[in-house]
Amino acid sequence: MTSITPSFRGLSRCLRSHLSPRRIARPQHRWSSAAAGARLNGSVEYDTTSILNHTSRAALANPELPEHVRGGQTKRINLYTAVNEALRHALQTDERVLVFGEDIQFGGVFRCTMNLAADFGTERVFNTPLSEQGLVGFAIGAAAEGMRPVAEIQFADYVFPAFDQIVNEAAKYRYRSGATGVNCGGLVIRMPMGVVGHGALYHSQSPESLFSHIPGLHVVIPRSPVQAKGLLLSAIRTNDPVIFMEPKVLYRAAVEQVPVDAYDLPLDKAEVLKPGKDVTIISYGTPLYTCSAAIAAAEKDFGCSVELIDLRTIYPWDRETVLESVKKTGRAIVVHESMMNAGVGAEVAATIQEKAFLRLEAPVKRVTGWATHTGLVYEKFIIPDVTRVYDAIKKTIDY
Amino acid sequence: MSLRYGTRRLRRGTFSTAAVCRNGKQPVPKIHPGWQKIRTVASTPTAERVLFPGALNSEFTNTMEVIRPSTKKAISTYRVMDQYGQVLDKEIGVDTEDEEALGLYKNMVLLSIMDLIMFEAQRQGRLSFYMVSSGEEGISIGSASVLSPADVVFCQYRESGVYMQRGFTLDDFMNQLFANSKDSGLGRNMPVHYGSKELNIHTISSTLATQIPHAAGAAYALKMQNIQQPDTPPRISVCYFGEGAASEGDFHAALNIAATRQVPAVFICRNNGYAISTPTSDQYRGDGIASRGAAYGIATLRVDGNDIFAVRRATKEARRIALEDGGKPVLIEMMAYRVGHHSTSDDSFAYRQKIEVEDWKRRDNPITRMRKWLEGKGLWDEDQERALRSKQRKEVLAAFDRAEKGKKPAIRHAFEGVYEELTEEQREHVEELRDILKRYPKEYDVEQHEGGAGSLDELLRENK
Repeated sequence: MTSITPSFRGLSRCLRSHLSPRRIARPQHRWSSAAAGARLNGSVEYDTTSILNHTSRAALANPELPEHVRGGQTKRINLYTAVNEALRHALQTDERVLVFGEDIQFGGVFRCTMNLAADFGTERVFNTPLSEQGLVGFAIGAAAEGMRPVAEIQFADYVFPAFDQIVNEAAKYRYRSGATGVNCGGLVIRMPMGVVGHGALYHSQSPESLFSHIPGLHVVIPRSPVQAKGLLLSAIRTNDPVIFMEPKVLYRAAVEQVPVDAYDLPLDKAEVLKPGKDVTIISYGTPLYTCSAAIAAAEKDFGCSVELIDLRTIYPWDRETVLESVKKTGRAIVVHESMMNAGVGAEVAATIQEKAFLRLEAPVKRVTGWATHTGLVYEKFIIPDVTRVYDAIKKTIDY
Repeated sequence: MSLRYGTRRLRRGTFSTAAVCRNGKQPVPKIHPGWQKIRTVASTPTAERVLFPGALNSEFTNTMEVIRPSTKKAISTYRVMDQYGQVLDKEIGVDTEDEEALGLYKNMVLLSIMDLIMFEAQRQGRLSFYMVSSGEEGISIGSASVLSPADVVFCQYRESGVYMQRGFTLDDFMNQLFANSKDSGLGRNMPVHYGSKELNIHTISSTLATQIPHAAGAAYALKMQNIQQPDTPPRISVCYFGEGAASEGDFHAALNIAATRQVPAVFICRNNGYAISTPTSDQYRGDGIASRGAAYGIATLRVDGNDIFAVRRATKEARRIALEDGGKPVLIEMMAYRVGHHSTSDDSFAYRQKIEVEDWKRRDNPITRMRKWLEGKGLWDEDQERALRSKQRKEVLAAFDRAEKGKKPAIRHAFEGVYEELTEEQREHVEELRDILKRYPKEYDVEQHEGGAGSLDELLRENK
């Protein structure tokens, strides 16, 4: 009998992962925020969206992939599996790579580190005590001694205890060490971010703009499994500290064909997801799916042509690609989940205003989260949805 | 632990199906990971007592005994010699050769002389800031003297003796203090924020206690490297911090993670009684910092920081323990008294009596204590003392002059080193600054910097 009853340890872990608000790991079902008669605000069609590569051929056509990868195989996986594969490849090819964080060892609350502890040993893939400042500080120290630690913050909402370590230490390590050349460039800090339908105040935040105000850090947000794998491998390889934010709603939802081989994607390039002539929409992460749906509806209704750009790297960002596009279209909209004031949109809009002033035919529009917190039942009113992006396109074109 | 078994089961459960393509719409299959089947002590039918997983060796009792720290005896302070320089246990004696002892003494005196001169220099406005080590020379120099040169060190800021003992020259100190073009920090840091790659000492940052988790992480890196390169001598990391810094969350986080990851690290707390103006009675109410060590499951000792022989022996033993079984953290609390002001921006007589300081200076001090010991052994006398002090004074002043005359570092260093490569945005900013300097030449004194404004052109050329 005793062997059937779950142990205290097992039971407590089980309860923690399902009940404690800190551990809301994943939705068991997807809440539809769509109203009954909604035409625009339907649920995102991940199975058909053009943002994801539904065929092997589409995935391998990506010119950013190296030749041997483009001639290789793909498989259909979701975003957490892509993260897992990147970590697996990094652990396999570089003995300096360490993977750790809270609840990493059993696979992580989002399953990103599944099987890694078993395959690479608990010396390299391990749990840390529940202390963000501790585990980030630990990662910085390990990186400064030549390791390449990939630390996980369980939710971006809980990165703030580690803010001092990230801002004052990780970002400034190389600079303050001067000619000694010591740095913590091997460091990557991964964190799930963004809204998830029911994450409320502390499982929904997108704090990327706080990190983009700090010289010395790269801030990267992938939109899909292909991107997650390539960008994470680049992040681990680069010699600067990287904040790698993973849109958690996409962990399971975004499924596409991903090259089986390892590959790097550039950390300083935005990507034009869809070419267009009349408006440029700049976004990153989950809202790209919203934008894509809004663009489809708007193009049909208004007969316009919209260009969609994925920033990918939030800082230092690819101003050239964005400016080139806006100079062509003359109109720009920036879309992100976090609130408007001093958000990424402010920086992008100011740059466009400064460097493409004479080409602008309408004010740069920002479609962002409102100036409030993400109260549990209000998410659908707060975060940019298809209707708001659709309306922004309409207003920008009509201006 | 049968984690390996558990995760293999998980893999079979998820990957053999189309689960990877579940698209979030289907419910997640119920999988019982292997660890849920592990029998812990709590479920053993023959166990004599129920063991909670959080405290495995705790016995039940029906006597309620509230633990009152105030009733406990304070942890004792280890010393080898008394304040008169008399060795207490003649049998054991000091494990320091006479020649070595003289070297340590000379370094302590040199540090105190450098402190005196630089403190005055700051008062005259010749450098922006300074912090002395007076009263704590024995801790930094004594502990550093028994470490391997390959051991990695993290400091707070009052450990100039560690740098000195490891080979940082007077010129190195002065170049950093004056932030001239030979400063290895490239003029970016405030004075006293030394760093050296050759000496394996990480550059100091002003943020308190942040270096403590770094030391734990570095020690883990060393542990891994000790395993991966078994032919090279094993290394540890050493971290210094004050008793005030130990109130920061990073202290807690670091000691806890150091214990759970079993890292070869030695944490050295300099308990000098004050954090700027705050006395220890406002800093904590437990038995100092040492009493916390056991709470983290860390080997701990408390040492008389005015006794350099005790400091050395304790550090040597801590290093030995740290390397046991691949790694074990150790905490040492070194007791001292901060004789000097907190920094040149502080007048400590605003919060403590001058007489208290004078009393400490007279009663007990690492330098005078060691001098008594040296004199007791006939290794030292007044003449030697006078000659040493005058020679060292001259050396410090000579290095001072050399550094003060040096040019400031090239302006390009204001931008470089933020990232490995200059970013496009930075390049634009360098161009803008270059343009401003060109059009307003009288507003900036660029010639005091090495290469003048030309270093910016150089930077732009190199980063085309």
